[in-house]
Amino acid sequence: MGGKLDARRIGLALAAPVLAIIVALLITCVILLASGSSVSGFLSTIFSAPAERNVVNIINNASILYLSGLAAAIGFRMNLFNIGVEGQYRVAVFAAAVFASYGWLPGPLNVLVAILLAMVVGAAWAAIAGLLKVTRGISEVISTIMLNAIAVSLTAYLLRQVGVTTGSNLATKTLPEDSWVAGIPLLPSAPNELLGLSVLAVLGGIAYSVLLNRSKFGFNLRATGTSASAAVASGIDVRRMVVVSMLISGAVAGLIGMPLLFGSSHAYGTTFQSGIGFAGVAVALLGRNNPIGIAFGALLFSYLAEQSNLLEINAEVSPDIIAITQGVIVLTVVIAYEVVRRYRAALEQQRVAAELSSSAPAAEATPEATR
Amino acid sequence: MTVAPDELLPAAAPAEPVIRRRISIWIWLLLGFGLISFVRVLTGANEMDSTGTLREAVNASVPIALAALAGLWSERAGVVNIGLEGMMILGTIGAGYFGYWYGPWAGIVGAMIFGALGAALHALATVTFGVDHIVSGVAINIIAIGTAAFLADTFFSGLKGGGPTQSPPIDAPLSITVPGLSDAMGSLEAKHWFLVSDLASLVGAITTGLSILTLLAVALIVGSAFLLWRTAFGLRLRSCGESPTAAETLGVNVYRYKFMAVLVSGAIAGLGGAFIVLISSGLYQNGQTGGRGYIGLAAMIFGNWRPAGLVLGAGLFGYTDALQLRAGGEAVHALLIIIAIVLLGVAVLQYRRGLRFPAVMSLLIGLAFALWFFTTDAVPSDFTRMTPYVTTILVLGLASQRLRMPAADGVRYRRGQAG
Repeated sequence: MGGKLDARRIGLALAAPVLAIIVALLITCVILLASGSSVSGFLSTIFSAPAERNVVNIINNASILYLSGLAAAIGFRMNLFNIGVEGQYRVAVFAAAVFASYGWLPGPLNVLVAILLAMVVGAAWAAIAGLLKVTRGISEVISTIMLNAIAVSLTAYLLRQVGVTTGSNLATKTLPEDSWVAGIPLLPSAPNELLGLSVLAVLGGIAYSVLLNRSKFGFNLRATGTSASAAVASGIDVRRMVVVSMLISGAVAGLIGMPLLFGSSHAYGTTFQSGIGFAGVAVALLGRNNPIGIAFGALLFSYLAEQSNLLEINAEVSPDIIAITQGVIVLTVVIAYEVVRRYRAALEQQRVAAELSSSAPAAEATPEATR
Repeated sequence: MTVAPDELLPAAAPAEPVIRRRISIWIWLLLGFGLISFVRVLTGANEMDSTGTLREAVNASVPIALAALAGLWSERAGVVNIGLEGMMILGTIGAGYFGYWYGPWAGIVGAMIFGALGAALHALATVTFGVDHIVSGVAINIIAIGTAAFLADTFFSGLKGGGPTQSPPIDAPLSITVPGLSDAMGSLEAKHWFLVSDLASLVGAITTGLSILTLLAVALIVGSAFLLWRTAFGLRLRSCGESPTAAETLGVNVYRYKFMAVLVSGAIAGLGGAFIVLISSGLYQNGQTGGRGYIGLAAMIFGNWRPAGLVLGAGLFGYTDALQLRAGGEAVHALLIIIAIVLLGVAVLQYRRGLRFPAVMSLLIGLAFALWFFTTDAVPSDFTRMTPYVTTILVLGLASQRLRMPAADGVRYRRGQAG
């Protein structure tokens, strides 16, 4: 690939997501119009500058979504649809919360071991789906969906066994205070702080990138994802790859709840945030499983969600409209990538044809653009 | 391309294995029924198959069966439909809105239109643009949840008896009760005789308050089986799921068939949503599908992408669901011993086929269930809530090796690939 950054290539790479966002906003506006809601109120609220407090919220939620997106992306990279991030993150954060609440270990060590425990539990829950796939041939899509539902009931049951009720909220015991992870003052004038463990998102992103692009495992993973039969032919044990990548995906899913657990809620209860796992699947798709792309996807989703809180007050529009926008973005972005890919392929063909007809001596062979 | 006639219909094909299989499905049903009856007498958990439980089971099975049928249409044409859940959700809001303002029949039609709208999106993404089917399905589920919640807020806020997350009560469509039969079966059931009373409650369940929508669902399943396996239209549609390029060379417009199949799929899934609104709950509520679209998908896979099979799967999941809803801990507790007996039977079968390791696994899991049964008196409600999902995994785990999905299911197809 020449190595040169030409403007057209960058333009084409950005065209798809930008196109997708514009189309998604258009569709959202059509729905608002059809239901007789205020379109201008919606647009002005969504595009209003967030207050400093909201900026911190956006980054906090984005870091959590980012971890969720990474978890899903690892599976996607080898054509494994781990829809079970939601369930894996639930059982993991529950286990970590119970363990940490006993405070058997001194502060930082307690946090560290709890995080490791969350990764192990998340991985174990994901491993069920991986093992079912390689031993019984059950599609991981179905088994992880079922395991999500089971995780909800299982954690509810266990919570009833070990939890304490305060008011109407049933939760695990509150973590000892020396296990709380302090926030990072991001904007000095904002009243809230960045969750301390949101650094896990940055570390996770770096680890993901190194694992995928610099390790033998990452190479095998990508190879298997591109063509399972070719991977088998080159001696990759695909069954082992399936289980291992499910394990890694589940371990990362185990991290999702950590910033919230140690930074703000300090216990796992019935009100602990749900739905992050599903959002992560969407974010991974949006970011094309690329570590930087996922970050943009997470920021976009988080931004939209934060801004939507104001919709009810400012424009009398139900904030649920944002879920439509988010879903449509996921769909339009994959469609847009496909359209751009076809356009690019046509362009390539034209150029090759032009070069051949102009009988240039040994026309430079252009490799087929990667997707 | 292998096209075997379906076991639901009178077989015209004299192929011997098919006939044997048709008998065996009835034998399996009878065996299962006998086993339930036996365990009921043994444990005294009469709620296991009381008329009430069975009626609940039928009502729980219908939406799952409709979702499974919706999946069948789409996947037989080669389009994987994870978006079923979303299409059902769209169906519920359609049924809620049109049902409230224009009556139950309008609700049914509205639900099917809303479901088909979701399906149109899926078809556009997967067939026209060649997007990955799972990706599109996931996106449609997200969109549907948002759309339903947004529309519910817009439609029902401020209505008397309604609110931002639910509609006011909606009238149910017609239901049928056969007067004399229904009562007679009730008194026979109360005797708690082995097999006889169980049969009586089964007959009672389908002659008391049978919804017209249930009949419609049965007609749709039988009609689909006929249409897909006995007509030229069905053969062409299924050929799109087996080998679209071969179909194309024979002059089938693959895009059109896939589009049509996905639209039908969405309408049927929407109907499943309407059933939940109009029959199961009597009003619209956010999130009331509760993952039935996914269970329907599992029922279809369990049923080996066939109408009779998916009915069996939907019945199984509907039954376990009804059991936990209606009969609760005691009856689900009795289910443990049934699972144990079935698993021990499976272990014996597997051992005789020479499958040593699976046999030992089945034996161990079966013994674990038996141990659980004998050491406890009831199953906690959280576990009963898991029953359909655990059953799904167990059943798929035990049956998956014998399942065969349409060969080109989920494979991207573009016109002109045939060469």
